[in-house]
Amino acid sequence: MAGIRVDIRAGRRAQAQARAVQQVRRKPAENFFDYSMLFIVLFLLGFGLVMIYSTSSYSAALQYEGDSAYFLKKQAMATVLGIFAMIVVANIPYHFWERFASLAYIGSVVLILMVKVPGLAYSANGATRWIKVGPLTIQPAEVAKLGMILFLASLVCKMGRGIRTTKGFFTILLVPAPVCLMIWKVTNNLSSAIIVFGIAALMLFVSSPEYKKFVIMMIAGIAGVIALIFLIKGISASEDMNFRFARILAWMDPEAYANGKGFQTLQALYAIGSGGILGKGLGQSMQKLGFLPEAQNDMIFSIICEELGLFGGIAVIMMFLLLIWRFMVIANNASDLFGALLVVGVMGHVAIQVILNIAVVTNTIPNTGISLPFISYGGSAVLFLLAEIGLVLSVARGIRLKDL
Amino acid sequence: MPLKQKTYIRKKIVVAFFLCSIVFLLLGLRLVYLMVIRSEYYTEAAKDLHERERKIKAARGRIIDSTGAVLADNRTVCTISVIHNQITDPEEVVSVLSKELGLSEEYVAGRVEKYSAIERIKSNVDKATGDKIREYDLDGVKVDEDYKRYYPYETLASKVLGFTGGDNQGIIGLEVIYEEYLKGKEGTILTVTDAKGVEIAEAGEERIDPVNGNDLYVSLDINIQSYATQLAMQAMETKQADSVSILVMNPQNGEILAMVNVPEFNLNEPYTLPEGTPEPETQEEKQNLLNQMWRNGCINDTYEPGSTFKIITAAAGLESGAVTVNDRFSCPGYVMVEDRRIRCHKVSGHGAEDFVQGTMNSCNPVFVTVGMRIGVDRYYDYFRKFGLLSKTGVDLPGEAGTIMHKKENIGAVELATISFGQSFQITPIQLATTVSSIINGGNRVTPHFGVKVVDSEGNVKETLQYPVQKNIVSAETSETMRYILEQVVENGSGKNGYVEGYRIGGKTATSQTLPRGSGRYISSFLGFAPANDPQVLAVAIINNPQGVYYGGQIAAPVVRQLFENILPYQREKNF
Repeated sequence: MAGIRVDIRAGRRAQAQARAVQQVRRKPAENFFDYSMLFIVLFLLGFGLVMIYSTSSYSAALQYEGDSAYFLKKQAMATVLGIFAMIVVANIPYHFWERFASLAYIGSVVLILMVKVPGLAYSANGATRWIKVGPLTIQPAEVAKLGMILFLASLVCKMGRGIRTTKGFFTILLVPAPVCLMIWKVTNNLSSAIIVFGIAALMLFVSSPEYKKFVIMMIAGIAGVIALIFLIKGISASEDMNFRFARILAWMDPEAYANGKGFQTLQALYAIGSGGILGKGLGQSMQKLGFLPEAQNDMIFSIICEELGLFGGIAVIMMFLLLIWRFMVIANNASDLFGALLVVGVMGHVAIQVILNIAVVTNTIPNTGISLPFISYGGSAVLFLLAEIGLVLSVARGIRLKDL
Repeated sequence: MPLKQKTYIRKKIVVAFFLCSIVFLLLGLRLVYLMVIRSEYYTEAAKDLHERERKIKAARGRIIDSTGAVLADNRTVCTISVIHNQITDPEEVVSVLSKELGLSEEYVAGRVEKYSAIERIKSNVDKATGDKIREYDLDGVKVDEDYKRYYPYETLASKVLGFTGGDNQGIIGLEVIYEEYLKGKEGTILTVTDAKGVEIAEAGEERIDPVNGNDLYVSLDINIQSYATQLAMQAMETKQADSVSILVMNPQNGEILAMVNVPEFNLNEPYTLPEGTPEPETQEEKQNLLNQMWRNGCINDTYEPGSTFKIITAAAGLESGAVTVNDRFSCPGYVMVEDRRIRCHKVSGHGAEDFVQGTMNSCNPVFVTVGMRIGVDRYYDYFRKFGLLSKTGVDLPGEAGTIMHKKENIGAVELATISFGQSFQITPIQLATTVSSIINGGNRVTPHFGVKVVDSEGNVKETLQYPVQKNIVSAETSETMRYILEQVVENGSGKNGYVEGYRIGGKTATSQTLPRGSGRYISSFLGFAPANDPQVLAVAIINNPQGVYYGGQIAAPVVRQLFENILPYQREKNF
């Protein structure tokens, strides 16, 4: 045994020496591996599984003949699969994917359209957002998020200095639009459309030297939202109850719509508010006992708050902030623009989803279905998120330690 | 293309990170707001949502008479309810409940299908039936035990005791007046449930025990009440009267020992009309008949007292000095008042007589003369002083007030008729109370039943006190009145009220009911004993007797029989 190991070492040394000779006597390159980010992700996954079991065990036992771990088992399987995907992607140099950029864009579009194919479509909770291939159900919107990151990163690199022109700016702004519209209209999933658009916007913000345009866009956006709110308030006053605006009205006063659109939000607020500073203790949530719909899914953060209190809620936010900080560090030290943009895309994906999820759960914005990354129940989400983490790890490995 | 050359990109990434951080911070602050500042509100709201409240009825206090007999008690009954979410076999539930409870299937099905937390199917179900339903062990059917009012003596003193409604609240009688003491405080069981209403066993339950109501001790004496009821029934039957009331009280302190108003009704079935009543056509008509059945004649109804009221005229006359015992009168069989000729009941006249004899004869001309001598102003003042113009304050609901002429409308004729108890109306309790006050030495007492309130552990919570107004007549006048009224029974019109071996005082009355000439009479007798130191006062009123209708002939014997029994009993009880 020892002999063999020595042999291997000797072989490696010989290889390194050979490379050193090739690279004009450079010291052997020691590449970076971001253990802290990996730890944060694994922690969030583990924490997520605990919380999924906590939130779902009661209803699972009722729904699946006493199998209280039903949701936990499904999620654990998806997580294992996801970690495997992460390891594979992390070990493939990320430039390998550049050639698939256009394919990723077209593929996303095709997958989204497949939701309309009768044999493949799969519905749950009254929405047709999934396609079913054999035992696997995939949400095309999740694929599209990853696809959009890859495609835009590659596109910006190809444009080079073209990004500085107005034409280049609007190209990047308009390219994701068709996909976003399709996600919204075809799969009837406004929240995923917003996320894809948000990812694109962040990547554009980073790759363009502009500030003014973004500030103007932001001000215009905020003004638009405020105008819309006043408009809807006027409509509700005239008793013309538009179904489309019901969820915005429910957002403004969930208690007035307690039996309709405001129900889930109100239940989430009960959960969060009743948690208090220290929480009721792990497993002690009352709201998960059938009161809060989708407790293990989009609303899991409210149960975290109820059981673990303000401290638990803040701790989760801090973990995500740490993760985003690691993304920033990796992006800033990426060996090239393509790698940096990939990481920025993933950072946008995670950050936007965390922000929107917590904002929905705390009724800061109107209710829309957005899951909490790594923690919410959902197979395809965790699978693709881990693939994205694999991508980030791959970019991180491209960083040479001496460049840090 | 190395990233280092594009320095703005690194800067932008940092800017993006800080923008995210700011948003995270804002969300964190939002959490602080929700979980610290609004925490109490949401905790309370969530608690309301999770907790299911079940009431535990408090046992209503008992009503106990002066001998210790329980007149109003509680019996365990069951309430059957269904919990919609827990029902697994709705058809079975509907068929079992409709069969066992004798309800229509549609009614039960309606309740079972109603989506509510808990729906009551029927309350006041026999314990036996409740146990039977419990044995079916149906999911979602709840059998809760609670208490129902139960009156062991059924009809005894029904109009005095009153009864309770579906929520165990008093409807009439003492049950209403002493509601606050009797009802107690409901307890609650708080259980934590999931969204479907299934109780979470681990969460345990919070229990607030009910506080049972206090027992009410009353002055009624079941033996006197029972005997008086028998006599009243007898009188009603033999005289074919509409109704008979007997009121027995202690004139010294106003405690009522018996109050009988036959026909009585069964307190355990207060909504069943007397047998032979034609089925009422409307709900309103039925309610009127029920109200009629529940009426307490001694308190809720007024009548013209007739000659018993001469006691009051006599007392006012003596007190004012308008007449003395030795004043002499002459009765020609009538008396002229202005242009009216008011007849005495003895057409040939009583001839020469003194005031005592006039009272013994119940001679109208004598009392008209006395009334005239007193005069309207003084007479009216005595009415007020004797308490006749206000209610007695008896502890029963719905006491009727006195119907009396306004002072300015009293002319000579009115004054004359008032003097012998006609042309105005008072309640029997008013008459009994006023006479009690005149003969007890001049203390206006408050007639009452309630004596003390005792909690369920047996501690006296409150000894009930009643106002007494002293010196409404002088002790001297009171003594004179006792003497005169004893003479009435010994040698006068009230001799049928005499009881061998006792000193009895009293006065008879025969009054016509309005309209006059209808041939309807109320004959009554008021008696008390012992005449020198009255301890018991009884009034018997026979409403619309057939045949002989003179109070001295038919009402006085009722009181005599009553006294024959209760006077020895009272003597025994007091030693």
